[in-house]
Amino acid sequence: MVEQVPLNHALIVTTLMFFIGVYGFLTRKNLITMLISVEIMLNAVNLNFVFFDSYLFPGKLEGHFFSLFIIAIAAAEAAVAIAIFINLYRNIRSIDVEQVDKMKY
Amino acid sequence: MNILISHIAVPTLTTLALMFASTQKQVRTIAAGGMTIQLIQSLVLLYLFLQERAGGNDAAVLFTQSFAWYPSLGISFDIGVDGIAVAMILLTSIVIFTGIFASWEVDKLYKEFFISLIVLATGVYGFFVSLDLFVLFLFFELAVIPMYLLIGIWGSGPKEYAAMKLTLMLMGGSALLVVGILGVYFTSDIEGVRTFNILVLGQHHIPVEMQRIFFPMLFIGFGVIGALFPFHTWSPDGHSSAPTAVSMLHAGVLMKLGGYGCLKVAIFLLPEAAHEMSWIFLVLTGISVIYGALATVVQTDLKYINAYSSVSHCGLVLFAILMLNKTAYTGAVLQMISHGLMTALFFALIGMLYSRTKTRIITEMGGLMKVLPFLSVCYVIGGLASLGLPGLSGFVAEMTIFVGAFEHEDLFHRVATIIAVSSIVVTAVYILRVVGLLLMGPVRNETYHNFPKAKWFEKIATVSLIIGILVIGLTPLWLSDMIRESLGMIVDKLVLK
Amino acid sequence: MEFHYTIWIVTLPFLAFLINGLGSGKLPGKISGWVATIAIGISTFLSYQTAFQYFSSPSRDKIIAFKTTWLRFNDTLQIDMGVLLDPISVMMLVVITTVSLMVFIYSQGYMKNESGYDRYYAFLSLFSFSMLGLVVATNLFQMYMFWELVGVSSYLLIGFYYDKPSAVAASKKAFIVTRFADLGFLIGILMVSFYTGTFDFEILTNPEGLTFSAAASFMGLSTITWALLLIFMGGAGKSAMFPLHIWLPDAMEGPTPVSALIHAATMVVAGVFLVARLFPLYSVFAPSALEVVAFIGAFTTLFAAIIACTQFDIKRVLAFSTMSQIGYMMLALGVSGYGGEEGLGYTASLFHLFTHAFFKALLFLGAGAIIHAVHSNDIREMGGLRKHQPITHILFLIACLAIAGIPPFAGFFSKDEIIAATFVNHPIYFGIAVLVAGLTAFYMFRLYFIVFWGKEKTYENTPHEASTIMLLPMIVLAVGSMFAGFIPFGHYVSSDGQSLALHINWPVAITSVVIALVGITMAWKFYKTESDSSEKVARAFGNSYKSASNKFYIDEIYILITKGIIFQMISKPLAWFDRNVIDAFMNLLAATTNWVSSQIKEFQSGQVQKYAFIFISGVLIIVLSFIYANQ
Repeated sequence: MVEQVPLNHALIVTTLMFFIGVYGFLTRKNLITMLISVEIMLNAVNLNFVFFDSYLFPGKLEGHFFSLFIIAIAAAEAAVAIAIFINLYRNIRSIDVEQVDKMKY
Repeated sequence: MNILISHIAVPTLTTLALMFASTQKQVRTIAAGGMTIQLIQSLVLLYLFLQERAGGNDAAVLFTQSFAWYPSLGISFDIGVDGIAVAMILLTSIVIFTGIFASWEVDKLYKEFFISLIVLATGVYGFFVSLDLFVLFLFFELAVIPMYLLIGIWGSGPKEYAAMKLTLMLMGGSALLVVGILGVYFTSDIEGVRTFNILVLGQHHIPVEMQRIFFPMLFIGFGVIGALFPFHTWSPDGHSSAPTAVSMLHAGVLMKLGGYGCLKVAIFLLPEAAHEMSWIFLVLTGISVIYGALATVVQTDLKYINAYSSVSHCGLVLFAILMLNKTAYTGAVLQMISHGLMTALFFALIGMLYSRTKTRIITEMGGLMKVLPFLSVCYVIGGLASLGLPGLSGFVAEMTIFVGAFEHEDLFHRVATIIAVSSIVVTAVYILRVVGLLLMGPVRNETYHNFPKAKWFEKIATVSLIIGILVIGLTPLWLSDMIRESLGMIVDKLVLK
Repeated sequence: MEFHYTIWIVTLPFLAFLINGLGSGKLPGKISGWVATIAIGISTFLSYQTAFQYFSSPSRDKIIAFKTTWLRFNDTLQIDMGVLLDPISVMMLVVITTVSLMVFIYSQGYMKNESGYDRYYAFLSLFSFSMLGLVVATNLFQMYMFWELVGVSSYLLIGFYYDKPSAVAASKKAFIVTRFADLGFLIGILMVSFYTGTFDFEILTNPEGLTFSAAASFMGLSTITWALLLIFMGGAGKSAMFPLHIWLPDAMEGPTPVSALIHAATMVVAGVFLVARLFPLYSVFAPSALEVVAFIGAFTTLFAAIIACTQFDIKRVLAFSTMSQIGYMMLALGVSGYGGEEGLGYTASLFHLFTHAFFKALLFLGAGAIIHAVHSNDIREMGGLRKHQPITHILFLIACLAIAGIPPFAGFFSKDEIIAATFVNHPIYFGIAVLVAGLTAFYMFRLYFIVFWGKEKTYENTPHEASTIMLLPMIVLAVGSMFAGFIPFGHYVSSDGQSLALHINWPVAITSVVIALVGITMAWKFYKTESDSSEKVARAFGNSYKSASNKFYIDEIYILITKGIIFQMISKPLAWFDRNVIDAFMNLLAATTNWVSSQIKEFQSGQVQKYAFIFISGVLIIVLSFIYANQ
């Protein structure tokens, strides 16, 4: 049996991934890049699920299934998001997030 | 069915019926029909009330009924009337009845207009019949809110500004009221059971320290709508922008909610604080009376004239209420009724004249007596009532106030009374100024000769108000006695310190 | 004795008012005039009946013929509506109904061609109703009510020609000035009622039974004195006493019969009546108030007589003459004492009121007939009218002789009593009274000579004699002016109800008659033929003549006070203050709210990333604080 990766290492990776996503979401101006950042955060969370599942409840698969659900829903969500972006682009000829401020005040 | 419930039910049903009406004719017919029924049942109420009293029923309030609404908080739908409420209900019925006829020719969104108007009236009726402070406040708000729409949509001039100003200032008053009402509610812990019922609250004593906090809140809260100086400035703007019927209802009835509330809530529930603080408000109301009258003298817009004179006259109501004796209270209520009728008449006539001359500036008109004799005579009668001619309602009310106020044993109050009395001269000045400029003199403009004569609905509106003014002015005894005997409760509480 | 019917004396004119008022414009032809005339005719008949019945009994007690509660203030104070009969109210009933009836009849001729004929009679009936209600009032408040009503009827009648700006202004002025005076009346009533606890004349005029609950004083005078002075202020306003007289000359804008009725014979003497009604109160409790009455009366009588000599409007001369005569009455009341011979002034005053009503009404009706014929008020446009209007001429002459106090006309007797009353112990007032008697004779005959003698002017239409319906009432009044003086007035009316025999005080009488004759002679010299001698005299007086003809600039002072001070200095700034300070404060509150929200709305920028940043920072802070808190 292959020796398990220590949980600490795994958590460091996911934390890094999550904050990379946060950083990307907060700094990028392109909506697609922001979406990708969100996906990175999402995947960091997915990885957490998988890691905790296998560490806390080895042999059980609920955590794994949960990640699969999230992946499926994230796909749907991405589709919706991109659909919104396309519409947005059609309307204002741009997908720069700073120009999408119609919903203020 | 309890006649008081039907007083709320009839306007509500009228409103419902109006929703299904489509043509202007249907709308008018339903509104007029509903309010005619309302007027008739108010007269029946008066008759029944006097019968009961004549029959020896001397309960504080009659026709009571109570429906538990939110028992755990002590809120219930308690209704009942005393002589004052009966008189005020009758006033409301007359004014709304005539208001419908005065707005006979509204053609913009007429359905919504009449619905809002009658909803407003429903609120007023609810206010007068309620014995529960919470419900009373609820109806109070119901009466104030439609005003925003009525002025904002159907008004004239800077109507959005006026509507906003009026609503915000009245809401400010309401905010104070809520605090005051809750204060009364929480400080009058009656054996662990809390209640909003005025009569029950009235039997219990509220600690004086608490009274000192809540009396100004309640008094100013109601005072705002009663045009208490310096919270009166919504009145000129609001009235001048409002459509005819709304001005009538607002000046005629809504401003009276203030006086009524001050008397039956603020003074009745918080008598010690009333004694202590009356002088502050006496100064303010005294200023209202004189200041309103003097400011009227130089106005040129008919509606401003009437709005400022209302400040003066309603100031007199609050002034009398602060004199804290029975005669002055009687005078205050009489003045509310009398001013209600008079001012409604004025606003109705101003609307009618405006629809012909297309201006409200008195210096641009003249000689209307010649071309519009009927309306002009009505205006003169209203003016004479306003300046307190014997035989018309204003005299009865003002004299009762003055005699009552002068009864006060304190010299300060008597001096204040003398100052307030002097307003009658100023009143004469501005009334005669208007009559002189507007009605008399040579006909100002040749086109005036083409004015249509008074129409039947205009005649109904003005004549019914004048009848009210005359009945009170010629035979005031029954009314003043009816009011006096209802005041026993409030006066007794004032004496028992 | 039953006097129930007296209520009809008052109500009949009111019914006429209702009929004419409601039927205004719908009544056919001249029916409104007849309705009103018949109503007042019956009232007149009933008044004479009352007078006969009342005075034929020896008792002069107050009789309440009718009384009902009208309004209740509290357990003690209430307003009653009723009919109180006593010598002065019965006397006033006779005067008012007689003059009213004459004027009503006269007006049928005078107002024949005017539009608003039914309105005219409606107002006139309203006036008669109010005036009658005033004199029979059982209490102060009823009196005040009718007092206001006569004020309004006067307002309506002065402004009868409502499309004439001067008439509108005059009516407004009359109402406001008297209203201002009534303010004093009202406050006086409130004070009296506060200290005595009653409005009732029966109690108030019984000096024995009256006590004052507080003997407070203010500025050296007792409160009751102040109260009575304030009440007198009301009376002075109605009776056009200086300085509240300014409305009366302008009130001549009304139709002439109205001036005859309201502004000569009845309403303007209401002030005298008021003081007479409360006379026991004045004389027992506030003699110093009575001194003020005497002073104001004396001053006004002289003041008005001087102005009357300088006026050229026929009606204004008569108006100032009215003021002067009422000043006489006030003077007599002021110098009078209570009871017995001391009360001579009281009787004299009311006697003069009685006779004055006849000859002054006659003068006005005569003036009306002249104006009707000449179509002008200016006496400089008249002259030689005795040829055109012989009957009017004779009647006018009778009235002039009566007012000048030439025996045996009515004015002689009453005026003589007044002068006699001042003679006893008021030498200055006596001097004034005699001087005014001379002046009166002078200005009346000045008028008479200018109008009826003098040089004949060229008229557009030849003046015509008045119609029979106008002459008839004048003849009746002329008979009154000639013989009313022979009535043993003191037998009927006296301050304490005891009969008072009036004797002619010969030295006084001779003095006053001589003075009057001097006045007449001077008038004859100056004005019988057109000459410039009168102008020479006027020039000799220089500035004082000018100021007199400008009515001593009292009007200008009033205008300064009302327009300049109240209107410009108080009302305008107040209106400005209201809009620009108080209202601005409310607007400032709203603007502040607006400003605050516009400052904090920047948070809601629409930038997703800002939201996210704040959100994440918040989460991090919360998480971190929880972690540290748990350690």
